[in-house]
Amino acid sequence: MKYMRLIWANLLRRKTRTVLTVLSVAVALFLFAALRSVLTAFAAAGEVGSEARLVTRSAIGITFPLPQAYAQRISALDGVREVSWANWFGGVYVDPQNFFAQFAVNDTYFPMYPEVRIPSEQLQAFNGERTAAIVGQGLMDRFGWRMGQTVTLQGTIFPGDWDFTIRGVYVPDDPSFGDESFFFHYDYLLERTNRQITPGWFILQLGNPDAAAAVSAEVDALFENSSSPTTTETEKAFNAGFVTMWGNVSFLVRAIGTAVFFAILLLAANTMMMAARERIGEVAVLKTLGFSNGLLSGLVMTEAVTISLLGGVVGILGARAVLSRSEMISSIIPGYAIEWSTVALGLGVAALLGLASGLVPAIQAGRLSVVDAFRRVA
Amino acid sequence: MKIPLVYNLRSLRQRPVSTLTTAVGMALVVAVFVAMMALSNGFEAALVSTGSQDNVMVLRKGANAEMSSALSREAANIVAASPFVARDPTGQSLVSPETFVVISAHRVTGELANVVVRGVGPRARDVRQSVRVVEGRWFSSGASEIVVGETLSRRFANTGIGDTFRFAGRDWTVVGRFTADGSAFESEIWGENEQFMPVFRGQVFQSITFRLQDSGAFEGVKETLEDDPRLYVDAFREQRFWENQAGLLGGILRFLAIFISSVMAIGAVFGAVNTMYAAVAARSPEIGVLLTLGFRPRNVLTSFLVEAVLIALLGGVIGCLLTLPINGLVTSTTNWNSFSELAFAFRVTPGLFVQGLIFAAVMGTLGGILPAWRAARQPVATALREA
Repeated sequence: MKYMRLIWANLLRRKTRTVLTVLSVAVALFLFAALRSVLTAFAAAGEVGSEARLVTRSAIGITFPLPQAYAQRISALDGVREVSWANWFGGVYVDPQNFFAQFAVNDTYFPMYPEVRIPSEQLQAFNGERTAAIVGQGLMDRFGWRMGQTVTLQGTIFPGDWDFTIRGVYVPDDPSFGDESFFFHYDYLLERTNRQITPGWFILQLGNPDAAAAVSAEVDALFENSSSPTTTETEKAFNAGFVTMWGNVSFLVRAIGTAVFFAILLLAANTMMMAARERIGEVAVLKTLGFSNGLLSGLVMTEAVTISLLGGVVGILGARAVLSRSEMISSIIPGYAIEWSTVALGLGVAALLGLASGLVPAIQAGRLSVVDAFRRVA
Repeated sequence: MKIPLVYNLRSLRQRPVSTLTTAVGMALVVAVFVAMMALSNGFEAALVSTGSQDNVMVLRKGANAEMSSALSREAANIVAASPFVARDPTGQSLVSPETFVVISAHRVTGELANVVVRGVGPRARDVRQSVRVVEGRWFSSGASEIVVGETLSRRFANTGIGDTFRFAGRDWTVVGRFTADGSAFESEIWGENEQFMPVFRGQVFQSITFRLQDSGAFEGVKETLEDDPRLYVDAFREQRFWENQAGLLGGILRFLAIFISSVMAIGAVFGAVNTMYAAVAARSPEIGVLLTLGFRPRNVLTSFLVEAVLIALLGGVIGCLLTLPINGLVTSTTNWNSFSELAFAFRVTPGLFVQGLIFAAVMGTLGGILPAWRAARQPVATALREA
């Protein structure tokens, strides 16, 4: 540690260069943190949903509804504690760009989701009013809605203007559930469409999660030869299916991340080599004074790693400060957050970058022959 | 007097490692930029090229996607009989009333994905002129036959010619494979509308597409259709409709391309500044000599700036070359308006290369300007003394 002052002095010798290198590493790590958080958010979205809940949908395709009568038949099965159902509404709020998910859900829906927090008096108010809606906190903030306000959605699947009164606001315990959904009564949808609709999918609450595979198979077998065969899977698998629909995001993110890493590595390594070249004479002097080869290599290496780690800290904390609060990102990717694991991994990457960029100059410093060096200086 | 370019070229050759590391660093930035733009362009091109400027697409009023639309046979007849619809020499209307559903199908790799099944009218290929059968034949009317899009056939199981593809409780024979200029149609399964109607959503079409007799008359046609009390429809230019399908996702991709490459570019510019500063410092005596010889400071400034741009352009060229292998690579995402899988290819175009090179030149200029300034401002005496 007694050499820290020497390293520090070297870093401060060309302040512009040090600052620029730190900043370029910071930029790289900023991107790293931003990109990896996309992956962690996707992974979390694929994990959301309980293993104790199953989703039954039409085997023909996700948009084909299922007969209402299935609810009775499914709930009669052993191991199914409760059955709920929902429909995708697909309405537009003012402008199609204001996309958010809207679901028509029946009365047993919210009791099945203890992780979605709604004050009980609000839930009561919701249950007591035909056109009431429960809205996520994030959505309230996004549009500046107030409790009790009437919002009008323009139906696309179900034509016409639909007025809803906001009677409840939910906050999910698990951020990847998303707080930008809009729920209203299935019965309202049923009435206004002259009972022309049937459930889009069923949600099955199991008594015991271990029975998931058995119950899934049982449900699908029950309807296999009907006109509406079903596909049943755990809610988790169902959600994970949606995540994969984005395409090969993880490959894209990894490819970009790798390119960023190597681009900055090359630039940082170049800077370290330039710094080393300027100091050939000094290194020779230090060697004459009795500094060992290993020590000199170590000093160069420490300098490189220090620069890189400084950049890492700036970049990652910067990303955490800026991106974690971005509403725009979280409306596209629910649950987007820069986790501590990303911070830790990022610092690891920064350290690695430092080691790699210092490698060549460190070896050169160690191998430097004093005589040659002096000859060159003189 | 200008300092000859060969001076810069020789200087670059003098320190190949430093030049190359900087150039390759920039090359990676340019490569990411070009690749991401190729992705976003490919996605948008697939959707935009799906629609034709000469076609009109009719949906139920308020439905912003085929998925949520429903139109009666009567509506289809009214549209087909309208005077503004193009006709073939025998007087038949070039119109295709279509059914549209999304089914679950198995990918070659086994997992389930959503696929569009489109039931088209007998004149569909005259309306959609980009559609071409590349293998096998078109389906025959009245038979349980389907044709599959080129990209779909490569990604989904049981889509080879002669295969049996099962959906909606019936077996369908794949009789042909078609292309459609790389558009979204190539991710679809097509069959006869009259075959699909009874097995899927009952006696309704989801959309009606027709060819305009006069492409310029669209505004009037739109008004006529939307005001017709017998119909309850919205009319779009087909191309415009598909452009809108790109919507949010297209915007996200473009934003990401620009955001990621700009952030990377900032890092690369910092690196370039470092390299150029070092170059200036190392060549102080040379600069002194140049100034003594009578070159003006602004010549020195230009010369160093040119050198920085040269490094960056070298990087730009390498970066563009790096992206060549991904051209045509097919990837997929979802058309969120129908929840169906949409395959599209990366499109690396000469225009993108130009953009990449401009991008590189801008990075070089930004990275070179300060060091070049410093080089030009050196007093001759100090510069020479450093030797």
